[in-house]
Amino acid sequence: MNKIANKQVINDVLLEESAKDKDIIVLCSDSRGSAGMKSYAEQRPEQFVEVGIAEQNLVGISAGLAACGKKPFAVSPASFLSTRSMEQAKVDVAYSNTNVKLIGISGGVSYGALGMTHHSATDIATMGSMPNMRVYLPSDRFQTEALIRSVLKDEKPAYIRIGRNAVEDVYEEGNVPFELDKATLVKDGTDVTIIACGELVGDAKAAAEELAGKGISVRVLDMYCVKPIDKEAIIKAAKETKLIVTVEEHTMYGGMGSMVAQITAANAPVKVINLTLPDAPVVTGKSREIFKYYGLDAEGIVKTVTEQL
Amino acid sequence: MNLEAKALDIRKDIIELIYSAGCGHIGGDLSVTDILVDLYYKQMNVAPDKMDDPNRDRFVLSKGHSVEALYCVLADRGFFDKKELFDTYSKYLSKYIGHPNNKINGVEMNTGSLGHGLSVAVGMALAGKMDKRDYRVYAVMGDGEMAEGSNWEAVTAGAHYGLDNLTAFVDRNRLQISGTTEEVMTADDQEERWAAFGWNVISIPGNNMEAIDDAVEEAKKTKGKPTVIIANTTKGCGVSFIENKAAWHHKVPTEAEYQQALKELDERRAQL
Repeated sequence: MNKIANKQVINDVLLEESAKDKDIIVLCSDSRGSAGMKSYAEQRPEQFVEVGIAEQNLVGISAGLAACGKKPFAVSPASFLSTRSMEQAKVDVAYSNTNVKLIGISGGVSYGALGMTHHSATDIATMGSMPNMRVYLPSDRFQTEALIRSVLKDEKPAYIRIGRNAVEDVYEEGNVPFELDKATLVKDGTDVTIIACGELVGDAKAAAEELAGKGISVRVLDMYCVKPIDKEAIIKAAKETKLIVTVEEHTMYGGMGSMVAQITAANAPVKVINLTLPDAPVVTGKSREIFKYYGLDAEGIVKTVTEQL
Repeated sequence: MNLEAKALDIRKDIIELIYSAGCGHIGGDLSVTDILVDLYYKQMNVAPDKMDDPNRDRFVLSKGHSVEALYCVLADRGFFDKKELFDTYSKYLSKYIGHPNNKINGVEMNTGSLGHGLSVAVGMALAGKMDKRDYRVYAVMGDGEMAEGSNWEAVTAGAHYGLDNLTAFVDRNRLQISGTTEEVMTADDQEERWAAFGWNVISIPGNNMEAIDDAVEEAKKTKGKPTVIIANTTKGCGVSFIENKAAWHHKVPTEAEYQQALKELDERRAQL
């Protein structure tokens, strides 16, 4: 089991790159510990800004820094970043088109039993609905690293959601296929396509392996780039496989699955099943327990595919 | 330059722009005009061809609905074509929309939703400190706007970081769309509030050019903390029948009112 959380990778990449680029600034909202940014904050005090528990100010200040040529990364719990400071993200970042990278940590239901105040199962909908805002949910530590290195090279707004704890690797060190804004083909197949993002890509991959044993050929797409979503890969899957199952740690309306259904409906109608969290308060539990309850884990995906195919 | 005369000319442009477009926030435009004139014609290091200069001073109009005043100042200073502004303001497909738009030369940041500009200005001032540049950052809020809680996050941070390169204005015209600020939501102790948060506070008659300029100079000399200038203004300042009337928040003059307003401003200018 991998022990390195995605947030740790972000800390490490930013620590490395900030030594060469003095314009990289990390901002936290009393969140440096939960964000895994402690070593960055200690080693780059001149390039670290503590804003306190004030997410609106966090994002507004980030936009002001970006307007003056800085490359701010605002790192804060996804729940608060994507809703409390939603208007700052809309006006000061997306609409003003400032080079702010919003890093939503402990995303989805990562905070588990802390409850829905701390869950961010609406962030694809809130952030993705804003023109100019890109939305990324990387699946594992390797892809997280590739993504951060990639967005460091551009000057456009982005929202990146990662989970709280370490997750199983989807890719292998030294073998991380990555092209910005293109879905990663994790496994090819001809019967069914599972499109997943974030932590649930690992479950999609495991489900595909189990289904292969039952004679079902499954294609797995890692749609880490929820926006701009890879339309081409979706249309191809819709044409080449009989069923699409989407899997995401998000509520059922306005998430990645909604976007997939929108694209297939217009371009290549095919049956699309969205596996999501419900449009209701979620049960109490750890992430894995919640995924299992709502059928988002490998077992639930296998069940859905075998029932629907 | 005679800044008082310039402020009257800008007021005439504002009246003209709002009358011809058939929309605009006339009351707040006229209360904030003198502040903008002092900043753009005397105090700030900005120029139409220097908007990519990292050492330029920064300005954020947090009370973005006073955009007509800002556009008229920027047009007059040559940041863009005045005729284009007057021909297209708020019209179909125009880039001159009814709130500041950073696609327009001279506009640093999109504003319009209240309670955003001061946080952005704090970020700009922080960047200046980080880069050891000596530019200054100015932000203008409305007094009604100070009811937005996000402002107080920014006020706290400005003092926390000791941003003496930041000067905020509160356009204290005592009126907002629904009535007086005291009826809508108390704002009468602005000076005490900002002082309690650790800012240097200067309270002035806010349509007095000399007082504005003196306050900006004092802010520049103040070290270790940011300055707020509480500018006690008159909403609608300069036009008798618009002054101090909440109804003129975004009312558009009739032809007779338009002629009367220009006549009054011309008379005031002749008296200078």
